[in-house]
Amino acid sequence: MKPANKPKYLRELVRRAACHAVLASGCVVMVFPFYWMLVTSLKGQSEAQMLPPMLWPVKPQWVNFAEVFKAVPMARYLMNSLGIAVVVTAATIVTSAMAAHAFARIQFPGRELAFGLFLATMMIPFEVILIPDFILVHRLGWYNTYAALIVPWCASVFAIFLLRQSFMTIPTELHEASLLDGCSHLRYLWSVALPLATPSLITVGIVSFLGSWNSLLWPLVVTDTPELRPVQVGLAYFTTEAGTKYHLAAAAATVSILPIVALYLAAQRHFVEGIARTGLKS
Amino acid sequence: MLSRSEGEVVSIGSELAVRRPQKPGPKWHGQRRVRDAFAAAAMLLPAAVLILAFHFLPLFYALYISLHKWSLIPERFVGAANYFALAHDQEFRHSLSVTLWYVVGTVPLAIAISLAIALMLFRPLWGRGIYRTLYFLPYVTSVVAAAIVWSWMYNPRYGILNYILIKLGVCSAESPPQWLLEPRGVFQLALQNAGLHLPTWAQGPSLALVAVTIMGVWNAIGFNVIVFLAGLGSIPRELQEAARIDGADEWKVFRHVTLPLLSPTTFFLFIVSTIRAFQAFNQIYVMTRGGPMGTTRTVTMYIFSRFYESHEVGYGAAVAMALFLIILAFTLLQFRVAAGRVTYQ
Repeated sequence: MKPANKPKYLRELVRRAACHAVLASGCVVMVFPFYWMLVTSLKGQSEAQMLPPMLWPVKPQWVNFAEVFKAVPMARYLMNSLGIAVVVTAATIVTSAMAAHAFARIQFPGRELAFGLFLATMMIPFEVILIPDFILVHRLGWYNTYAALIVPWCASVFAIFLLRQSFMTIPTELHEASLLDGCSHLRYLWSVALPLATPSLITVGIVSFLGSWNSLLWPLVVTDTPELRPVQVGLAYFTTEAGTKYHLAAAAATVSILPIVALYLAAQRHFVEGIARTGLKS
Repeated sequence: MLSRSEGEVVSIGSELAVRRPQKPGPKWHGQRRVRDAFAAAAMLLPAAVLILAFHFLPLFYALYISLHKWSLIPERFVGAANYFALAHDQEFRHSLSVTLWYVVGTVPLAIAISLAIALMLFRPLWGRGIYRTLYFLPYVTSVVAAAIVWSWMYNPRYGILNYILIKLGVCSAESPPQWLLEPRGVFQLALQNAGLHLPTWAQGPSLALVAVTIMGVWNAIGFNVIVFLAGLGSIPRELQEAARIDGADEWKVFRHVTLPLLSPTTFFLFIVSTIRAFQAFNQIYVMTRGGPMGTTRTVTMYIFSRFYESHEVGYGAAVAMALFLIILAFTLLQFRVAAGRVTYQ
């Protein structure tokens, strides 16, 4: 380091130290609730309500988790959520990719109008369609069935929008050439467009999966029996039942977030980039 | 990853393919035209049916329902009666003010904090990856689970928050803040010791609502930071470098170069966060169910309680339509305010 650069170097050092101080304390605030969830889930009832609060249980009560699984069909809840989220995500990708291709690469009368209508749908808040959809589901005889939990969410305008953007960046020549070679639209979509649009597919997948896994209001309204409850609804009910047994509520909460946290830690880069892409609507 | 071309944010796959202006397709032959129309119809069908049936037409169905007296079953057409009732509904007005406090409390604060964090995380820094991972965690995990542990932390007697506040001497051990159980307004509480009593309208949001708001900010930061980081990544470095060479200090570079170039991202976040805050339900459902004394009952909670708990379907639909118009008005207002202030390159 040249002497002339010393003040600058020092300043940079101070700046970094300050950044670390701020970021680290911010991190504590962001992560503490999760830490507290885990710690509480491992305490006994009296220990959970002890003052001063213990930062780590004297003896981890793993039995709490067993108790949660005994008190409510937690495994069933988790399987429900997983099944619903997987089907919704897969179906959304299929329906959206086909629609996006039609909007991006096929000429047909009324295309712009139809796409505009689709986009306008994004402006409708969920609260507005909650009641009519509930009645519709009732009339279809789907109340308290998996169909009610899955079917309405198997298409997404946002996904169509995102995939269309992505398909439009693929040169038209590629499409023309495939068609000349006798390739069908579906074949082109599967073998050419989708592989080139992998980043957007990941975004659509993550957003659909998280949306489905974390939803509460809709499943709360259309399900009636524990067998059908996804984990968020089961968790919300269990908290009420558990009352002051916060250690059990915490254990249930911990179980409910474990799959997502594991998925997130394993595929972090995809999550972050995928979610970032939702913000770049040019 | 995210890259830019021709001075425009091109989101996806742009590095894989050169983007060029759309050429008109090859000459259409009648036969191909018909075939294409059929192909398009077939490919659009599944998505179109679902979106029309469950997302678009329900808007009109909601309007139809809202014009009826409709409990468990439709009873009769009442015209705009539900809307007239809404105009005089004190509970609705109150829920609207709760929602507005929540929006005003969460949106700007979460965006400001996230911008600061994103700016720090954008520059090279040791351990940046770990910070990012941890900051995004609340966004990925479910609000329901987080709300459970937050209500435990807010517990007036056994919660860790009051324990820390008492240890720090911020509040007294005899009458610690009641957080989620406190219906009194925060302005009133602040002036309590001075013996002042404010009129109801001036008491401000209840402490319970403030507690819910804090949790809302915590929950929103992750998404905002991700989007801000992507936005920062799309700003060409040369502009900031040029400003530095011209002698601008860090603050000036931020204020006059980075912030204006980031304005489309900031604007996007304002729009999206406002819409989301207007729809906040999950954490409130878990933490307070709208209590204490209805001071955290947002419009969404109110719709839920009217529709699901009291089975007033027609009235609930009217409230939902009103909420739709309010969100729409807010969004348009934001576009108005942003016009001229948002710099697109």
